[in-house]
Amino acid sequence: MDNTNIAELLAKPYDPELAEKLYDPKKPMENRITDIGPPHYEQFFPPIIKKNYGKWKSHEIIQPGVIKYVSETGDVCYAVRCGSARLITTDTIREICEIADKYCEGYVRWTTRNNVEFHVTDEETLKALLDDLKGRKYPGGSYKFPVGGTGAGITNIVHTQGWVHCHTPAIDASGVVKAVMDELFDYFGSHKLPAQVRIALACCLNMCGAVHCSDIAILGIHRKPPLVEDERITGVCEIPLAVAACPLGAIKPATVEINGEKKKTVRVNENRCMFCGNCYTMCPAMPLADGEGDGIAILVGGKISNRLSAPKFSKLVIPYIPNEPPRWPSAVKAVKNILEKYAEGANKYERVGEWAERIGWERFFEVCDIPFTEKSIDDYRLAYDTYRTTTQFKWTVHTD
Amino acid sequence: MADVKKHDTPMVDDLKSGPWPSFADDIEQKGLNGKQACLDLLGQLELSYKHKETHWKHGGIVGVFGYGGGVIGRYSDSPEQFPAIAHFHTVRVNQPASKFYTSAFLRKLCEIWDHRGSGMTNFHGSTGDMVLLGTTTDQLEPIFFDLTHQMGADLGGSGSNLRTPSCCVGKARCEWACIDTQDICYNLTMTYQDELHRPAFPYKFKFKVSGCPNDCVAAIARSDCAIIGTWRDDIRIDQEAVKAYVGGELKPNAGAHSDRDWGPFDIQKEVIDLCPANCMWMEDGELKIDNRECTRCMHCINVMPEALRPGTDTGATILVGAKAPILEGAQLATLAIPFIKLNKDDDYENLKDFVDKCWDWWMEEGKNRERFGELIQRQSLQEFIRRAELKPIPQMVKEPRSNPYVFWSEDEVPGGWKRDVKEFRARHAA
Repeated sequence: MDNTNIAELLAKPYDPELAEKLYDPKKPMENRITDIGPPHYEQFFPPIIKKNYGKWKSHEIIQPGVIKYVSETGDVCYAVRCGSARLITTDTIREICEIADKYCEGYVRWTTRNNVEFHVTDEETLKALLDDLKGRKYPGGSYKFPVGGTGAGITNIVHTQGWVHCHTPAIDASGVVKAVMDELFDYFGSHKLPAQVRIALACCLNMCGAVHCSDIAILGIHRKPPLVEDERITGVCEIPLAVAACPLGAIKPATVEINGEKKKTVRVNENRCMFCGNCYTMCPAMPLADGEGDGIAILVGGKISNRLSAPKFSKLVIPYIPNEPPRWPSAVKAVKNILEKYAEGANKYERVGEWAERIGWERFFEVCDIPFTEKSIDDYRLAYDTYRTTTQFKWTVHTD
Repeated sequence: MADVKKHDTPMVDDLKSGPWPSFADDIEQKGLNGKQACLDLLGQLELSYKHKETHWKHGGIVGVFGYGGGVIGRYSDSPEQFPAIAHFHTVRVNQPASKFYTSAFLRKLCEIWDHRGSGMTNFHGSTGDMVLLGTTTDQLEPIFFDLTHQMGADLGGSGSNLRTPSCCVGKARCEWACIDTQDICYNLTMTYQDELHRPAFPYKFKFKVSGCPNDCVAAIARSDCAIIGTWRDDIRIDQEAVKAYVGGELKPNAGAHSDRDWGPFDIQKEVIDLCPANCMWMEDGELKIDNRECTRCMHCINVMPEALRPGTDTGATILVGAKAPILEGAQLATLAIPFIKLNKDDDYENLKDFVDKCWDWWMEEGKNRERFGELIQRQSLQEFIRRAELKPIPQMVKEPRSNPYVFWSEDEVPGGWKRDVKEFRARHAA
């Protein structure tokens, strides 16, 4: 099996019965192809990309969502970037294929932040593509392929699965993202912020969405300690693993009597629980989810790029916002407020975290009119590193 | 309309309006075209919106023969109401490096997925895979056979194994790529197929490859081994283009600030004064850089892409141990190797030597579910340096330690640690 040239394979029509012919459960190794890895990337490069690989000279964002690349060979390539819901059906993927076939010789790309990118090589095709994309809408009126996500604006929200397909979430993901992006839509297709703002959402502390270094992070949190299903626990998990799962040692083995029978289980020291959910990850008989308890925390000021200042973590500024499906108005308002205060106050090129550090975090809370609570003071590992140990501070509403 | 049943979903339906692409509308259309699973998924989501809790059960071990990862079991906790999604497993398909596709490839994937699954996907999962959402256990082997036999694709990673490596767009479309990100990503993925498919690690391990310090795949925040392109010679300067930026003929930052009036471009204020290393100045109308002092943050290059380019003596900086908060708190990656030449011709042997040493240590000493960065924290950066056979250099730390609690070893101290207390007391009365 050679995955560096799968063109022949792809040229054949899909045979929906082939697998049943090849796979025999009694002889599972027969006809099995394994460890071939992903198809080699090069066969998916548009000709312009293949020809100019490693030869690109410079680029310019000629309008929000459209980047013009110039090669040392003199070749030009335009990349058109479109938002997407990330959670998409095969019908939408087929529509993307149809667009790729019509304008891009059948090639298309996705970015790390779930945007779709079409590549064209002349301005006429570019214009036709942009016009076409603008007209494509879902029946409810939302754009299928909004163009933007470049420069000093907002790009797509990296996010997790939420209630759509995950077993540990404290919040939904797709619904919150839709609500936030609807409200911030104008910033997706424009360059009016001081720098790029990366928003990310993770629906629990596992952070599959790695929101911990984002300009604005929307994080699902639990606030009630795990329930313990005494009757079920030994059947579904190993007690020592459940005990070891707790980073704070709050889970201890215990024995209970059920119907006159002694059963091994665990007990949780609830006052020590920090609601990380690691116990539930290890043990299905310790669920945390709770409609009243769960909600959103907002963290800000993280970044990944090494540009100007070093990469940094996002900091917790709003400890809790309740779940308000389907449009999460309080969370949307909080995100928009921070974004707009940043847009007003930051210098050109300054990321959210750099702005907050320049004006001081005390001023950040004042400017954004966010109440500072003890919840924003660290009390986990390395907490001391965040305490202020200087007489230098700013006068704000907090000292008045 | 096909023979399907749409549930009453007023809250989910509300998400069909507004300008941003609506997942709810997309999925509903797919459902109305004949996929009951799509309508059941929206029905269950509505129930979650009502209860403000998930309705997916905890895990379940499913997979394909011979692999220990790539498939994640998922079951609805309300199968009577939503039978089409009662069993709804995830299949992770390893994406081609940097996510270029042909329509022929994607269409084949769509055909497989319409035939054997729900028709819903994540393009892409957080780690980079093409994620197929929702199928039943009996379809897993056929899906795997379809992927391998009919489109030359394979599963990605999950569980305590190597996760699917990913990379930025690199040399395919970026003038800043200092390394061949796609080739490195592909090479590592192919070299470590066994580690990717068969869990043998204490926990997950991620490689991410970014072409320059802008780090578009977030390697420094998200990967156990971050490979980030850099250079060690001089930034290339086109002084004519510098003049064009100063004169206002070229747009700063490639036009990234086009919708707001920030005033005329001021190279002193916007580039020279912001340089974190203070290593730039103007002299006789030319931009000068003291490259030995440069920390390669990319700001000047980002602002004036027509005028400045990374040097040509390129390679990678290797950083290790990044992770999200679970469990010991979030960690950014720590600098391990300041500069390494990465040669396709020798199969990246030097990088793999380093990786092997890291894995040997981690597989020997790592605790269950301990990420590589947590092992470094637990056993010390010094121990990592010893095990990876690196040289301790000041670039590995932000600053030297401030406490004096050094673990001296016996062989570092003249005469060793074996002493006679009687001799000590002969010199010092008790």
